[in-house]
Amino acid sequence: MSLITTLAKLEAVDTGRAQPLATVRHRHLSTHPLVLVLLTTAGEAGAPLGALVGTDRDEPRLLFVPQPRDRDLRFAFLAELADVVLPYIDAYAEDVEAAERNETDPETGKRVKVEVELCADAPQLIVPGRAGIDLVRLLGRSMRFRRTAEQDPEAPHPAPPRVPLLGRWFTHYGERARVPGSSLLVALTDVLSRHWATGQSTLEDQHLGALLAWIDPPEGESGAEAALRAELLRDAQGQLVCPPAGPATDPAFDNKLLAPAIERYDRARTAFAAAEDGIEADDRLGELTAAERHIRELVASRTRPTWDAVWRGLDLLRALPEGPRAAERWTRDRWSFTGHRDRILAGEPPQPRRDDAVTAANKLATREREQARLEAQEALDDSLVMAGRRLAGEAFAGEVTDVVMAYGEGKRPSPRPLVTVRTDDAPHLGERVKVYRSLGGKPQAAEFVGYEGDGAAGVLGEDAPSGPGGTLVVLRVLDKMGRGKEPEPGSVPEKGDRLCFTLFEHEQRGGAKLPDPEDTPWTHGGPPVQADALPRPDAVTEEDIL
Amino acid sequence: MSSPVTAPAVPVFAPGAEAGRATDAILRDTLHGAHRGVVVDSPPGAGKSTLVVRAALELAGAGRPLMVIAQTNAQVDDLVLRLAEKDPELPVGRLHSSDSDPYDKALDGLANVRKSAKAGDLAGLDVVISTAAKWAHVKGVEPWRHAIVDEAYQMRSDALLAVAGLFERALFVGDPGQLDPFAIVGSEQWAGLSYDPSASAVTTLLAHNPELPQHRLPVSWRLPASAAPLVSDAFYPFTPFRSGTGHGDRRLSFAVASDGSGPDRVIDEAAESGWGLLELPARHTPRTDPEAVRALATVVRRLLERGGLATSERSPDAAPLTADRIAVGTAHRDQAAAVRAALAELGVPEVTVDTANRLQGREYDVTVVLHPLSGRPDATAFHLETGRLCVLASRHRHACIVVCRAGVTDLLDDHPSTEPVQLGVTVKFPDGWEANHAVLAHLSGHRVVWGA
Repeated sequence: MSLITTLAKLEAVDTGRAQPLATVRHRHLSTHPLVLVLLTTAGEAGAPLGALVGTDRDEPRLLFVPQPRDRDLRFAFLAELADVVLPYIDAYAEDVEAAERNETDPETGKRVKVEVELCADAPQLIVPGRAGIDLVRLLGRSMRFRRTAEQDPEAPHPAPPRVPLLGRWFTHYGERARVPGSSLLVALTDVLSRHWATGQSTLEDQHLGALLAWIDPPEGESGAEAALRAELLRDAQGQLVCPPAGPATDPAFDNKLLAPAIERYDRARTAFAAAEDGIEADDRLGELTAAERHIRELVASRTRPTWDAVWRGLDLLRALPEGPRAAERWTRDRWSFTGHRDRILAGEPPQPRRDDAVTAANKLATREREQARLEAQEALDDSLVMAGRRLAGEAFAGEVTDVVMAYGEGKRPSPRPLVTVRTDDAPHLGERVKVYRSLGGKPQAAEFVGYEGDGAAGVLGEDAPSGPGGTLVVLRVLDKMGRGKEPEPGSVPEKGDRLCFTLFEHEQRGGAKLPDPEDTPWTHGGPPVQADALPRPDAVTEEDIL
Repeated sequence: MSSPVTAPAVPVFAPGAEAGRATDAILRDTLHGAHRGVVVDSPPGAGKSTLVVRAALELAGAGRPLMVIAQTNAQVDDLVLRLAEKDPELPVGRLHSSDSDPYDKALDGLANVRKSAKAGDLAGLDVVISTAAKWAHVKGVEPWRHAIVDEAYQMRSDALLAVAGLFERALFVGDPGQLDPFAIVGSEQWAGLSYDPSASAVTTLLAHNPELPQHRLPVSWRLPASAAPLVSDAFYPFTPFRSGTGHGDRRLSFAVASDGSGPDRVIDEAAESGWGLLELPARHTPRTDPEAVRALATVVRRLLERGGLATSERSPDAAPLTADRIAVGTAHRDQAAAVRAALAELGVPEVTVDTANRLQGREYDVTVVLHPLSGRPDATAFHLETGRLCVLASRHRHACIVVCRAGVTDLLDDHPSTEPVQLGVTVKFPDGWEANHAVLAHLSGHRVVWGA
C-alpha cells in the first residue's frame, strides 16, 4: 500500500468517512451496463441458486433454481440466463465502425494496415464483487464445452442450445477481467475501493454494503458505525439485515430459511409425482407451486438489496467525471470484444481448457504492459494519483527557474537545453535517470544532470541539498524539439513554467514477438499436441448421471 | 616385524581440485555431451562468471561460434570485459539496444569487440553477447549451434521462450538460491503448468527435459569460512558447498579502537566472527524506520572512520577497507533511498546502497544489511522470500552486519507461511520461514544490543 493510501485510510478512520483516492473516474462505465447479482448454493461449487440480472434498475429479471442439485433445473436456469445475457451482447455485436489494424502480410511478411470492423461500443457486465468474477469464470468453464443436442445427438444430457455460447462469452469476459484497467467485466467493490479509501481493511472492503456505508453513510451516522451495522446487524429471526453480496449466502439464511424451503419443495415434488389421479395431482401441484414461490421470494429477498446497492455504487461512480485516458483503455476493451465476436462468427472452437506455452506468455506480457500503462495513465489523468507518485519519489513537480541553451555532441549539433526546476518533492533521481513530462499529450524525455548547490551556481552534485526553498534539479531535455538546430517554439520549457516530471514512462513499448505456438521450442516442450488444442469434453462418468 | 600402522586416510578437502573437477565435467558435457542442454547450479561466489568465460573461450576455440544470453546490460558488459581480458584477440560482438548510451563506454577501448544494434552486423563473430530482452527481437537468422544462458534462474520462462529458437543447444548457468523472477501481475492461473510463464527458465527447461545433466559448483570463493556453512545450511540444504578459504585466510582489523558504542562493538564482533547483529528495541515502524536507517549509516561511517584493513588470500598485504568495498543492502527501494540520504548527511556518499534485487551478483568486503522483517507488523511472502535474505547474506568476503529490530523470531512464529498450495508446483525448500529462523538463530550468537 502506498504512503498516500495509508494517509487517506488514517484520515478515513479519523473523520469516519471514506476519503477520495482519485478526482476522476479511472474506469469507463457503460451508459447501459448489465448488472448480474448471482447466488450459489453452499457446498456445491458452481451450483447456482438464483440471480437478479438486467439493464434496468427498476425491473431486474429474477431467476432461481428451486432445487440446485437437480441438473435439469440448473440447465434451465443457465438457459434462462443465456436468454437474458446473449441478446444484450448481440445488440453490441452488430453496431460496428470501420477501423484499421496493423497485420503481418502472410506473403511479404511486412506490416500492413488492414481495414477491419470495430464494434462501436461493447457490452459491460457488472458484478458486486471479486467473487462474482470468479463465478462468471467458473460458469464459463462449466458451460463452454457442453454439447447441445444439435452438435451431438448421442449426448445423454444435451445442453440447451445457447448455453455453450454463453459459456464462451463468460470465459472471454472472465479472462479479460484479469487485464489491468479493463472494464468489460467489472467488480464494483474493486472499482469503488480504487476511488475511495475507507477506514477498514481491504478484505472488509470486499463487502459491498460496508464499503458503501463508508463512502456514503446515512445522514448523521459515521461510516464506521454504518459499516459495522451493514456487516453484523441481524433482525429478530437472526437474519442479516444487509445480506452478503454473494455469490455465497449467509449460513444462517441457508440453515434457517433456505434448507427448510428446499426440503418443502422436494417433498411437494415427490408427492406430486406420486399422485394417483387428477384431483390429487391438482392439489399437490398447488403445494408445489407454493413451495417454488417461497424459494423465489427467498432468493429475491437476498438479491434485491445487493441489486439496489450496485446501482447506488454506480451512481456514486458516475458522479465523478471520466478520466481522459479511460476512453483509450475502453477502446482496447472494444477490440477485445470485437475479436471474440469474430472468433465465434468464424466458427472457431471454444477456448481451450489450458493455455499453451505461447498463449500463456503472450497473455502475461500483455497484462504486465497494461498494468504499467494503467499506472502511468492514472497518474497523468489525476493530480491526486500523481501526488501519490510524487510522495513515493516517482515524480516531481516544480517551477522552472532557469533554461540554458546547450547542444549535443555529434556532426549535426541538436538542441539539448539544460532546464533547472525548483521542487519541494524528493524524487529518487540517480545518474542519468530519464524523466518524462507531458507535452501536448506526448511524453518528452529529459535526463537528470545533477542538483544545483545552493548559491554555488554551476556546481552540480549527486546529492540533493536540502534547503527550505526546495531542491534545484537540473535536467537535459532530449527530444520532441524538432529536427532543426533551433528547437521548435513551445517545445522547450520556459522560465516560470510549472511542470510535472515523472520517473516512469508514459507509454509502453510493445514487447518482442513470441514464436507461433507451432514453433514452440524444445525448452518448452515443443509444439502443443493437437489433442490439447481441441479438447474433448470430459467423458461422462456415473457421477454425472446420479 | 610388523608393518607400520597407518591411520586411515582422512579425505582432505582441496577446494581448488574439487572445483576443477566440477568445471572439467561441465565443459566435457558442454563440448562433447549428447544432450541439448546442461544445467549448472552455482552457489554465491562460486566462480560462475569465470565458468561462463571459460566455456565461451573453449567453445570458440573449438571453432564453434556461440551466442551468450545474460539478463541485464551490466552483466553483458561485464562478460564482454572479462572475455576481452582473458583473450584480447577473440572477436566478440556486443549486440545492444538502440537507446542512447546502450553499453559501457569501456567497451569502446577494446579492439576486437564490435558493437551494433543489428544482429546482422555481428554475423560470423566467434561470440555474440546480449541481453535476453534484446535477443528476443532477433528474427530470421540461422540458429546458433551453441548458447550460454547466464543467470538462468533469474530469467523468466517466457523470456526463454522468446529466445530458445535462436540456438540448438545451451549451457544454463545460475544460482538457484537467489531471488526468483517475478511478474508485476498475478499469474496464479498458470501455476502448476510445466511452462508457467512466470516461473524461472530452468524450472520450465527441466520440467520438459528432465534427462538433462545437472552439475553444481562445490566451492564458494567469495564467502569466508565463517559464512559458507550458514549460507549453505540455510539456503542450499540439499546441495551443500564449502568455502574456498579457511578460517585463518581472511582477517579484518581496525586501526582505531572501539569507542564502546553499539556500532563499534558490532563492527568488532563482525570482524572477529564474520557476522554481527545490531539489535534495536522491538517496535513496529514504517518501512523507512528512521532509527534503523540511522544505525545503518552510523555503522558504515564507523567502518570507514576506524581505518579498516582487510587481509585475504588475494592480498597478503592488508588492503584498506575503502568505501567501494562496502555495500548496504535493503529490501525496498525507499529504504535504500533513506539510507543514501542518511549517509549523505553524515558525509559518506560513495558507498553502494541498493536493494537485494540490484545487489545480485555483486561482491564486497563488508556488507551492512537492514533485515527485511525489521520492524514489520507482518511477514508477507515478499519479505519471507528465501532468495531475498540469501542475496543479502551472501555478498561479503569478510563480514556481514545485520541491523534489525528485536522480536523478529516472534513475528515469524506469528506468521507461518500461508501461501496456497498449488497443484503441480514443486514446493521450494527450504521455505523462507525456515531459512529466516536458521539465519536468526545463528546471528543471535553475534548480537550487540544498540544503546545497551
